[in-house]
Amino acid sequence: MSFLSSLFQKKSSAPVARDRLQILLAHERTSVGEGKSDLLLQLQKEIMEVIRKHVSVDQDKVQVKLDRGASCSMLEIDIEVPGLTDGKPEKA
Amino acid sequence: MAQVLVVTSGKGGVGKTTTTAALGAALAKTGKSVVVVDFDVGLRNLDLVMGAERRVVFDLVNVIQGDAKLAQALIKDKRLENLSLLPASQTRDKDALTAEGVAKVMAELKEKFDWVVCDSPAGIERGAQLAMAHADQAVIVTNPEVSSVRDSDRIIGMLDSTTEKAKAGEKMPKHLLLTRYDPARAARGEMLSVDDVLEILSIPLIGIIPESQEVLSASNVGAPVTLAAPDSAPARAYMEAARRLIGEKIDVTVPTEKKGLFDWLFKRGAA
Repeated sequence: MSFLSSLFQKKSSAPVARDRLQILLAHERTSVGEGKSDLLLQLQKEIMEVIRKHVSVDQDKVQVKLDRGASCSMLEIDIEVPGLTDGKPEKA
Repeated sequence: MAQVLVVTSGKGGVGKTTTTAALGAALAKTGKSVVVVDFDVGLRNLDLVMGAERRVVFDLVNVIQGDAKLAQALIKDKRLENLSLLPASQTRDKDALTAEGVAKVMAELKEKFDWVVCDSPAGIERGAQLAMAHADQAVIVTNPEVSSVRDSDRIIGMLDSTTEKAKAGEKMPKHLLLTRYDPARAARGEMLSVDDVLEILSIPLIGIIPESQEVLSASNVGAPVTLAAPDSAPARAYMEAARRLIGEKIDVTVPTEKKGLFDWLFKRGAA
């Protein structure tokens, strides 16, 4: 059965290639090349700067995830901030 | 007014040199005077594909460094009298080319010929940038395959930023030439289709060169496919692309090989 279905269901890989390219190039066009900077990298850097202005952040406790999608990309920054409970210092 | 055309792609092995030779000969066949220039210093091959490898005395680097006059380095084609080749150096590297030197040679070539067709080296570095620097228009050779399409996109970006034309604030006309195309595989969804590639790169199409054994046969004997097998499908596709370059309005189709009954039956079975 599986042999028969694999015989008749011709794999169609071109649409996958097209979709992968479209997502990749949408990103590369804005970030790769002369005088262009990676927007998401820039965002990440500036967000970190603002946070560091107010609290000290341990570099090891920062997790950055990026998922590039067709219509939107998701930049997820997970920062563990020590002792930020209503201004009172956290007890060790 | 002479036209400088750069044949480029970013990725290697997609058919830049084959295309330069085939388009150069096709343009010459329309009556224009044409020079094909090899910019791949250190890895020259246009001389081999053109069948002139044993006639190279001086090259582009010799001319740039003043060791030879341009007229001494130009090799006249034995089949078409209005077609010439300016070979690259095989013993030097790309650093032997200077921006000023290239500019001077290009200016001289533009005075002598109607069309200057520059064969770019692969990559995006100095050699590729010098090959496209003085172009009036560009042919981007692309295979229907993900890495080639990605690299073409990058090269399109460079044509719009690093060339003299771009620096002067002018727009660089760009043409997509899809090579090694297999219409049957594209129809079965196994290969990116013409429409897929056009949609992704969004530049106008100048021609579709079908995958064909004639291309290898032509390079084996050292002749542009448009001269070696003028009636073959790839040659007709290159010929039409050349006519579009000189301004003729022809619809882009995929020329097919003239098939026998066996081929027809076989193709039916596969599709």
